[in-house]
Amino acid sequence: MTDLAIEATGLTKSFGDTKALIGVDLAARRGSVLAVLGPNGAGKTTAVRILATLLRADAGTARVNGFDVRRQPEKVRESIGLTGQFASVDEDLTGTQNLVMIGQLLDMSKKAARQRAAELLEWFDLTEAASKVAKNYSGGMRRRLDLAASLVGRPQVIFLDEPTTGLDPAKREDMWDVVRSLISDGSTVLLTTQYLEEADALADEITVIDHGRVIAHDTPYGLKRVVGGQRLTVRPADPARHDDLLTVLGTVAGEGAHAPETDGRGAVTIGVDGDEVLPDVVARLRAAGIAVEEFSLHLPSLDEVFFTLTGTRSAAGSRESSEVAA
Amino acid sequence: MTAIAIPVQSRQPRQFRLMRHALVLAKRNIIKITRAPEQLIDVTLQPVIFLLLFYYVFGGAIMGGAAGESRHDYLQFLVPGLLGQLLAMSSIAIGQNMNADIEKGVFDRFRSLPIGRAIPLIGAVSAEFFRYLMVFLINVGFGYLLGFRITTNPLALLAALGLCVCFALAFAWLSIWVGMMVRTSGSVQGIMMLLVLPLSFGSNTFVPTATMPGWLQAFVNVNPISDLVSAVRGLMIGGPVAGHVGLTFAWIAGLLAVFFPLALRGYIRRT
Repeated sequence: MTDLAIEATGLTKSFGDTKALIGVDLAARRGSVLAVLGPNGAGKTTAVRILATLLRADAGTARVNGFDVRRQPEKVRESIGLTGQFASVDEDLTGTQNLVMIGQLLDMSKKAARQRAAELLEWFDLTEAASKVAKNYSGGMRRRLDLAASLVGRPQVIFLDEPTTGLDPAKREDMWDVVRSLISDGSTVLLTTQYLEEADALADEITVIDHGRVIAHDTPYGLKRVVGGQRLTVRPADPARHDDLLTVLGTVAGEGAHAPETDGRGAVTIGVDGDEVLPDVVARLRAAGIAVEEFSLHLPSLDEVFFTLTGTRSAAGSRESSEVAA
Repeated sequence: MTAIAIPVQSRQPRQFRLMRHALVLAKRNIIKITRAPEQLIDVTLQPVIFLLLFYYVFGGAIMGGAAGESRHDYLQFLVPGLLGQLLAMSSIAIGQNMNADIEKGVFDRFRSLPIGRAIPLIGAVSAEFFRYLMVFLINVGFGYLLGFRITTNPLALLAALGLCVCFALAFAWLSIWVGMMVRTSGSVQGIMMLLVLPLSFGSNTFVPTATMPGWLQAFVNVNPISDLVSAVRGLMIGGPVAGHVGLTFAWIAGLLAVFFPLALRGYIRRT
């Protein structure tokens, strides 16, 4: 058996005239987290559905936990847990009923299934809602129940398809904690996301896909280096000082970073190599007498990542709407 | 957040695995019915309304002919006959429900579990058992209130019940197949009605076959509902039984052989 828990080569899938995947390679070591980063419609969900044996690839091969998804789907299904983009829980069943049902379908005795359900409900902070019908759960609760359902059988490989899309930032952090504890249990996790921040926070390696193709594969560190490290955004209190601000920021911009950008509110964003430049920036701004209303350091957005990786703003621009919707 | 304690889970034996899984999923469908009991109208109120309508609206016009001398004779003729139509109509719901249900995420979960492909369908059909049981009991029970009497014996009645439920469970696969083939649950009803109405009226349910024109008799005689009705009628009020029971079982086997694989194929393709 190889040390790769997920291994896909040349995955290709079309739906009618739409090419969802065009030769995608994916690989995740045992016990690691692989993030598949890409915008809506990049093919992330299609890839996950193929790996989870829900879809058949037109071409290419894939092994999950050492088993071929096409030839040994039963073995693959015994190894995996799947949390879909849309919570796949039964809305007419209570939290407990949902989890006990899954446990019994995984051949646990009724007693064991109940015990496991109670354990997971407690872990996901759903004990109080355990006997409520899932229809009445909030979005975040449904997500947690969904994730709990995929963990009932203690799967070795876990697929999380956009686990935090639609969650508010606080709930997102909670979900990150859950994912981290899954890894500490020794599971392999493949998660798809539209946020570089999320991939950076959780993944050992990141595969970036766009229009059904892999356009980058790297560690979070490596990827951030490629896309020019962090972004520093500064907004002057007096819009008239914009040009002075540009001059100051020009002196600290990271090596090879792309040109400073100004948004509609007069905020200037530049690429910087790391947070060590901050004291220097503050000192220079003070020396130039520029008062600021906003001063923030952040990772590039998916948009900026794609801009750097593909070098085409037009392709990235069309994604803004989908990113806002998410 | 605490780490998960991992006891060695007690595994169930592998034998009867499919049946156990089907029962777990049947239970799911039964819970869903209890959450929305109005889904049971077609198996509770429908038998009552149909019996009242056909008995009181048409009974007077039909009596005195081949179906019997009196209104009571017609009731004896109608109650067992109506079961064929009521059961065929009750089977429409499962096609509609599966059509709507399958679009929900929970089926992705079922597909990602190491269980048989057909299990979610078999589970849903198994839950229908209780609905078909209700159709039978309410039809015969309400008929009893109107004056219908079994003239055979309790064992024959039980046999009629078994035959009816088996036939309906087989017929349900036609409904599921239609449910897998069409896009909306509304069109499941439309298509199934087009099939069920000619099958149930073009049978010996309401009037004896001998009163119909020859070409229609030819259809009625090869109609599976006619065989079911003749068998059930014989078991309840007497008459030749064996041949019709045999033919009904042949139809049950035929329906299963054709529509179970078709429904399963439709289900797998619809992923």
